[in-house]
Amino acid sequence: MSLDRFLRLGETMTLGTHTFTAQEIIAFGRAYDPQPFHTDPEAARESVFGRLCASGWHTCAMWMRYNLEGIERDVFGDWDGSGAKPEFGPSPGFSNLKWLKPVYEGDAITFTRAVTAHRPLASRPGWHLVTLAAAAHRQDGEPVMTFDNGVLMKAT
Amino acid sequence: MTDKKWAFEELEPGVTIPFGEKTVGADEIVAFASQFDAQPMHLDEEAGKASILGGLSASGWHSCAIFMRMLYDALLADSTSQGSPGITEARWKRPVIAGDTLTGHTTVLERRALKSRPGIGLVTFRHLVTNQKGETVMEIENPIMFKMRKAGDAR
Repeated sequence: MSLDRFLRLGETMTLGTHTFTAQEIIAFGRAYDPQPFHTDPEAARESVFGRLCASGWHTCAMWMRYNLEGIERDVFGDWDGSGAKPEFGPSPGFSNLKWLKPVYEGDAITFTRAVTAHRPLASRPGWHLVTLAAAAHRQDGEPVMTFDNGVLMKAT
Repeated sequence: MTDKKWAFEELEPGVTIPFGEKTVGADEIVAFASQFDAQPMHLDEEAGKASILGGLSASGWHSCAIFMRMLYDALLADSTSQGSPGITEARWKRPVIAGDTLTGHTTVLERRALKSRPGIGLVTFRHLVTNQKGETVMEIENPIMFKMRKAGDAR
């Protein structure tokens, strides 16, 4: 089996759907991003957003949760190639993150991921850099967030 | 008009704003990871030590959230911020290990008025998060929108 097939190169995988509640938006906002439009429904009505909405970092973190659940459900293919099954490691970072629309309380957000490329790392023998396109869409199909993510993968 | 300390006008290229200090505890690393990034190196001391990261380490998304709180406390809380359209680039340079004390600063790279939204300007920052050894743990480039004190004050 090739790494292309294992990683389903170029295929957009649906990871799951999460409905953001006011309670969790406010809890995350109070801990990490206490701008009034993330913590106070009254103040949010007076803000540019018009209603209580999730911190952009909350949407990112939720993408990660569904991304991992997707891996556990074997969104990536079963490994029947030679050598050990590839293992995912840490991520060096992300880029081009766009918060396109606010995520309001009650929005049902569907998370997706597609592997766009992979290459062996000259600096770390045995490791590859896998590049992913991540996205989140609202119940009406509008994209609310996109970004490009990298993750290290151990594979022989 | 605004009584906030930081509006578009004050955020000139080169302006640097220091962050406060934040010690990251094992409990909060595990709590965040349990909710959003339940990988062994973010949940368990032994698994962390055995991993490439070398200890119980915060999820990169947790580091981003902690950074956001530092930026809020240092700048956004007393500003005319109107939110951010996104992150140009974020690099996780080193792991954040339980017990680490983070700090850092942000520097204005450039700014411009938004033609589409009179009275609002876009300010691009380079944020830097460091640990108690002075090592860079995270670098982020990010534009944020701010109201102007006076509409048409764009330079």
